[in-house]
Amino acid sequence: MALLKREKSKVAPKNKGDRWGLAYVSPFFIIFGVFGLLPILFTVYVSFFHWDPLAGHNFIGLDNFRNLFTDPYFYRAVRNTFSIFLFSFVPQTILALLLANFLANPHLKFKVFWRTILLVPWVTSILSVAIIFSELFGQNYGMVNVAMHYLGLSHIGIHNVNWVGQTIPSHIAIASMIVYRNLGYASLIYLASMLAIPRDLYESASLDGASKLQQFRYVTIPQLKNTLTFMLIVGTIGGLQTFLEPLTYGGVQGGDSRQFSTLALYLYEQIIINNKLGYAAAIGVAITLITIMISGVNFLVTRRISGSEA
Amino acid sequence: MRNLLEWFTGSNASDPTKKRRKVSRTAYIALIVFTFLSIFPLYWLFVVASNSNAEISKIPPSLVPGPNFFKELKAVYAAVPLTNALVNTALIALIVAAAQVFFCTMAGFAYAKLAFPGKKVSLVVIIGTMMLPSQLGIVVLYIMMADFFHWINDFKAIVIPSMIGAFGVFWMRQIIDAQVPNELLEAAKIDGGKNFRIYRSVVVPIIAPSALVLGLFSFLGTWNDFLWPSLVLNSPKRFTIQVAVNQLNGTYTVDYALKMCGAFMATLPLLLLFIFVGRRLVTGIMDGAVKG
Repeated sequence: MALLKREKSKVAPKNKGDRWGLAYVSPFFIIFGVFGLLPILFTVYVSFFHWDPLAGHNFIGLDNFRNLFTDPYFYRAVRNTFSIFLFSFVPQTILALLLANFLANPHLKFKVFWRTILLVPWVTSILSVAIIFSELFGQNYGMVNVAMHYLGLSHIGIHNVNWVGQTIPSHIAIASMIVYRNLGYASLIYLASMLAIPRDLYESASLDGASKLQQFRYVTIPQLKNTLTFMLIVGTIGGLQTFLEPLTYGGVQGGDSRQFSTLALYLYEQIIINNKLGYAAAIGVAITLITIMISGVNFLVTRRISGSEA
Repeated sequence: MRNLLEWFTGSNASDPTKKRRKVSRTAYIALIVFTFLSIFPLYWLFVVASNSNAEISKIPPSLVPGPNFFKELKAVYAAVPLTNALVNTALIALIVAAAQVFFCTMAGFAYAKLAFPGKKVSLVVIIGTMMLPSQLGIVVLYIMMADFFHWINDFKAIVIPSMIGAFGVFWMRQIIDAQVPNELLEAAKIDGGKNFRIYRSVVVPIIAPSALVLGLFSFLGTWNDFLWPSLVLNSPKRFTIQVAVNQLNGTYTVDYALKMCGAFMATLPLLLLFIFVGRRLVTGIMDGAVKG
């Protein structure tokens, strides 16, 4: 939103450019209108129908939403979505901040190399990552269990973890796929913000006797407030869309007892398996309402925090 | 905990007499560890793809590539038309990337520098839709493709909706606003430049690096997309690479060597591309980041 403020009186003076302006945006308006906006608006309409792609559709009012609110699978999907989001977003943020902190050091050697190599996972498709990690998290021969065994974790009672069947371990496995793919990207975003922090802030902090850790806490983190908020909102939106990792990991139900079924996967199941497009639309609306609610809370909380710090 | 944190941030405040290194050893160790963690799964992808399932299913598992890669590749080809899928995907992704660059820079130019009715309102709508989950519209989009356009199994169903994106327009608007000075546009106008010529010969050269990154983003996004192609493409001849790889399941048990071989073939072109454009992607991501 801060970006919007940039719109100032700098815009070229109004003249007969109206016509030209429209000519430039009209392809965008048409495609975006038909394939972007229209489906979004129409989804609300479809969510009031029983809509079968073959058998046709009939109006059922709020029944889809009523069913949704009493659907235990829906609540399980909500729980799993949030759990996986937390297991991925929190470690990812901490690790990305640490990596960015290392990368921001002006004396670091091979800067470009580190930045580039950390981005490699990000170009890999979610499907490939999910396939690789499904293999790595296999119970009997998976590399993760083997490595944990050799690291001696079996002595403290952790061995042969069932990464698919158990709820929390399955969430950790799926979260690790998300972190693997996004960590480099997130680090670069934080790095860009860190490099934009005026250096004299650090100089005066260090003159005041602040340690590196204190500088990180009292200079870097407050300066990254906007970026952190932005990443939280983007992360929430992305987190609520998690779908392909659990699908690859354990099928369209998200595990035998839906232990890692997510909201987006549940929506997909309604389209692909159950042919209940109206119900799928209702889930889509629910995902959106949850997204808006969380973004609103994020916004209020960060405004509160920044208000009290100012 | 505190000590651990200090160790992590490379600080040694606990011992101020110790001479500080410019870059702590911790930083290099951490970067090497994360480099290893980034690369190992991809290396492992090839290891599994080139070994027999028996070779992987022993303890400790084999850590080096085996001799079976081409055998697995043959099995992949027997299961899905892989070349077809790769060509389909490359074509679709190229067209989408080119269209995104073309339409998004044009619309971004209009939003940054030109006046037209509904400008403010539509910009708010664009930003609003960027906040919505992409699955929201997917049901209706699917109904449209099936019942109205009849584009099921038609690449148009993938290409046309993604020729333009809210993110691309918004990003190009930011770039043009920041990088193209109004004076330059005025000067070009005084020199008698027609509107489209100004765009082509003044705006495009300035924003070309960013536009290229937008093209790369679109290319990668389209190449890696699964959800939408899996809904609208169901004839094997039309599969994109992700949809094809997803079909690789063993008959009774999961055949990891087969799946990983498919995933390797889907990833290899991107890794090769990355060798050439990786640095540019890094710059592009960092330029586009929210600062502060």
